[in-house]
Amino acid sequence: MKERLEALRAEALQELQGVAGPQELGELRVKYLGKKGALTEILRGMGALSAEERPVIGEVANSVRGAIEAVIEEKTAEYRRAETEERLRSETIDVTLPGSGLPTGAVHPLNKVAQEIEDIFIGMGYTIAEGPEVETDYYNFEALNLPKNHPARDMQDSFYITDEILMRTQTSPVQIRAMKAMNGQSPLKIICPGKVYRRDDDDATHSFQFNQVEGLVIGKGIRMSDLKGTLLQFVQEMFGKQARIRLRPSFFPFTEPSAEVDVTCAQCGGSGCRMCKGTGWLEILGCGMVHPKVLEAGGYDPEEVTGFAFGMGIERIALLKYGIDDIRHFYTNDLRFLSQFARM
Amino acid sequence: MKISTSWLADYISLEGLTPEEIAEKMTSGGIEIDSVEAVDKGVTGVVVGYVKEKTKHPDADKLNVCKIDVGTGEELQIVCGAANVDAGQYVPVATIGAKLPGDFAIKRAKLRGVESQGMICSALELGLNDKLLPKELQEGILVLPKLPLGKPIGEVLDLNTSVLELDLTPNRSDALSYIGVAYELAALTGHSVKLPDGKVFHAAEKTSDHLSVRIEAREECPHYSARFIKHVQVAPSPLWLQNRLMAAGIRPINNIVDVTNYVMLEYGQPLHAFDADRVADGGIIVRMAREGEELETLDGQQRKLQPHMLVIADSEKAIGLAGVMGGANSEVTADTVNIILESAKFDGSVVRRTSRQLGLRSEASLRFEKEVDPARVIPALDRAAALIAELGQGLVTEGIAQELIHAAQPAVIEVSLERIGRYLGIELSKLEVQTIFGRLGFDSEIRDGGLIKVQVPTRRSDITRDVDLIEEVARLYGYDNIPTTPIVGETTPGALTVPQAVRRELRRRLSDAGLNEVISYSFTAPARTKLFPELSQGAVPIRLAMPMSEERSVLRTSLLPQLLETAAYNRNRKNNDLALFEIGTVFHTDEAELTRLPQEKHRFAVLLTGLRRSAAWNRKAEKVDFYDAKGVLETVFDVLGLTGSVSYEAAAPGDLHPGRTAAVKLAGERGEQIVGYVGQLHPELQQESGLDDVYVAELDLAALYDAVDRDIVYRQLPRYPASDRDIAVTVDEAVPAAALAAAVQAAAGELLESVQVFDVYTGEKLGAGRKSVALALVYRHPERTLTDEEVTSAHAAAVAALEQSFSAELRK
Repeated sequence: MKERLEALRAEALQELQGVAGPQELGELRVKYLGKKGALTEILRGMGALSAEERPVIGEVANSVRGAIEAVIEEKTAEYRRAETEERLRSETIDVTLPGSGLPTGAVHPLNKVAQEIEDIFIGMGYTIAEGPEVETDYYNFEALNLPKNHPARDMQDSFYITDEILMRTQTSPVQIRAMKAMNGQSPLKIICPGKVYRRDDDDATHSFQFNQVEGLVIGKGIRMSDLKGTLLQFVQEMFGKQARIRLRPSFFPFTEPSAEVDVTCAQCGGSGCRMCKGTGWLEILGCGMVHPKVLEAGGYDPEEVTGFAFGMGIERIALLKYGIDDIRHFYTNDLRFLSQFARM
Repeated sequence: MKISTSWLADYISLEGLTPEEIAEKMTSGGIEIDSVEAVDKGVTGVVVGYVKEKTKHPDADKLNVCKIDVGTGEELQIVCGAANVDAGQYVPVATIGAKLPGDFAIKRAKLRGVESQGMICSALELGLNDKLLPKELQEGILVLPKLPLGKPIGEVLDLNTSVLELDLTPNRSDALSYIGVAYELAALTGHSVKLPDGKVFHAAEKTSDHLSVRIEAREECPHYSARFIKHVQVAPSPLWLQNRLMAAGIRPINNIVDVTNYVMLEYGQPLHAFDADRVADGGIIVRMAREGEELETLDGQQRKLQPHMLVIADSEKAIGLAGVMGGANSEVTADTVNIILESAKFDGSVVRRTSRQLGLRSEASLRFEKEVDPARVIPALDRAAALIAELGQGLVTEGIAQELIHAAQPAVIEVSLERIGRYLGIELSKLEVQTIFGRLGFDSEIRDGGLIKVQVPTRRSDITRDVDLIEEVARLYGYDNIPTTPIVGETTPGALTVPQAVRRELRRRLSDAGLNEVISYSFTAPARTKLFPELSQGAVPIRLAMPMSEERSVLRTSLLPQLLETAAYNRNRKNNDLALFEIGTVFHTDEAELTRLPQEKHRFAVLLTGLRRSAAWNRKAEKVDFYDAKGVLETVFDVLGLTGSVSYEAAAPGDLHPGRTAAVKLAGERGEQIVGYVGQLHPELQQESGLDDVYVAELDLAALYDAVDRDIVYRQLPRYPASDRDIAVTVDEAVPAAALAAAVQAAAGELLESVQVFDVYTGEKLGAGRKSVALALVYRHPERTLTDEEVTSAHAAAVAALEQSFSAELRK
């Protein structure tokens, strides 16, 4: 019996050596190790053996089975490897073909800039106040220290609807509305973004419809130095740590003192370039200490509280920030323009 | 206002200051200098020459050969092409080696065979702005008065100066004059102001024998003064005066008018000269215009006057529009012998209203509108009288005819040192503050408790209260020297309101999903407000009183017309595939004439057209359809937590496809309301717009702001398995899928977790007017595994409901 087992081992190993493929390997497994296979066949004769012989033959039989299984396993692994390789080869694609991307759209650049400004001020403890785009003459002008026939009204030609109602020419009327809503309480810290309208012939730098953001702070002991501190913090968050500001005295009816604010040119950092016309500075803001008459119109006692206000044009900042050459692009909404803003 | 530095130096020392430095100081002091322009554009070697002889060029019709004397003893031969050149003229001559603007060097040359030793120059060739010269001098060479030969042209034409262009803010009308600018510069530099000598040498005759003044309109004219000047000789002004006027952008006319303009520029006080012999009885009356009165102004226009307009009149007629323009009937002409010279203070708002209404603005009205300094009425009058006496050889009679209703007093304002410091965030000493006021020419005295009493001269009428003084201190102290400080005191939390947060969320979600946000104009054409009537809800379009164009003459009443305009604009540029949205305001009123503010409604609108996805190497192009537009709304409601409150119902509002439009309904505390529409653009309108299929939606955001659910509440994940069943039925084509789903939900009861339409099919096999709808149902119990019987029973109820309510046939 032992001899038969050894002979089986030799025969099996030899046959396995020459196996042609996975299918034949399967057949050989059945032939030698299957339920009706050769090994089982031989072992059927175990019953006839003596108690002493059984373990010896058993051990031989296990050794034979082990040897055959080892070879089969090795061959199986080999075939699997080959099969995987074949699959990988056949599945190879051209990875340089374009991917099927996710759709990307854009928030309008004016809103993108407005949101950025809003976020900076929200971080500084401001809330966002809004008001109507159609305003009364009172809120748009008179409450802002611009009585009828005031020469400063020339600064902004307005779209009137009736003698008393007009398209707001500035976001400042929101300040008055916000102040009144406070019923004399302070502090008040708001910014007011929104559309405004002025009679202006459209060209590359003028639009009859545009957007402003105004800020207003009212409180006890608010100083002009606080205004400077606030604006510096804002421009550094907006344009980078290296940004500096320069204030020049100016005039707005609703502030006193008033100032125009220049920021170091973002393009050249102040050394002078085409964008800043060689000055190193860009004019982007108007500001000042809230005029006592405006505080009074807002329901405050100018002896009790002081405040500052500032305002800027969103279009101007967007033009500068993105290097846009024509303000009309913002309102014609050419897809090729809009889609340029679909990114960080 | 243009300021020539050589002229300015008459009133203040400019030593050690370049024009650029002056500009820098002025700008940082608050008067912005727009430009600094050197009048001399690099002209050298140009001198005064005399044309001794002019002969025709032998070979050129249009050229002349001139013999020129430039005072060197040597005669120059110069070929000149100007039509106005003639013998006996004094002219600017560019000699050999001369330089003209643009680095243009004059060389010896031959013109058509004749030697030319230089060039006779026009004003333009000398780099001058020739717009103010008479036409013949613009077209030809500049003809000069008699002058020493060989004198450098720079001295003759006052070229060695720079012109500063001031961009004045409306409050600084005090700087609309040379003296005003000198005061400002004095404050900035510490130099002192030198006022002109206005001493008048009188004739023996008394003014009162010739002239009287009476003010009837006492509110509108607080002060009127006049002088009488006899025997003037009207002639061109001397060159220095002409040069100065031209540098300021004013056209020289004659010595009388030029002096009034000159003194106006000096003092900021407009003056006017009347021909005294054309003023009846020598009696000047200042009164309001009469109903129906007319006046021909100096510009030759016949003006219809109104009773709110102030006029200067004699006993018979109006002779001038006060502060705006003189009348032609009393104009100073070459024949004028005697003149009445006027200097007055007119009320700014009266002048402004008149000038606006007549569309007539002048250098005078510009200054009166902004209130002239009442203290300069008489000094300016005397200065002008003295100059006219000098340049026009007139005799000034003794005394001023005037009526003074009330004299302006300098304002006295108190401000405390402590308030200045607290307002600006700086600490200043009494001495520093007083020094600043001193530089400004304001008298100040320290009172008890740090109070400073400041007397503000009338020339600075913009300063009326303490904060105005604080501004003066700040600007002279230097805004740059004010520190930057953080706000001290109570802090405030920053946050977005719900509507603000909603708009932001929509912007972010939709742009992330591939839509582009647009911002369109709030103004539109009247016809466009008639589109989509249901979205305008009967609003009356609000019309601008003075629109820029008919195309932009009314306020939009809905967003979609503007989106269509944007789509057409893009379509014309071959941007055919559009997914656009806008969040903006529309304006609704029911008033034909606004007496109160309109309702401003926040709206959200979407427009889709063209392809949803363009073709690529691995996929076919896909066109957008109704369900893309609806899908956008579903996403919006999902994001706002409102999906459960929204339903869609077939509707046929105007300008949308009646078979492909849904009203969007939102259920809320006050019941269900339509908050907008989604649909396909009506094919007729689509064709008109020249667009491909267009799908649109517009929603009112206010209802969404109220309803938005921002509270995310966690729901436990299911712990027991679900049981999935499908139903496929054929029903009448008109039965809405949503109705089937709703019926199933109602019949199957609580065990039904969800029902989804997963297939809709029509085809011949089903028969005409029928469709097959397949629904996927998911059953689940939250606390145990459902038994087969439970599911089967619920499902049978669902099927039965469909069969009963919709005559549905179950497909096997």
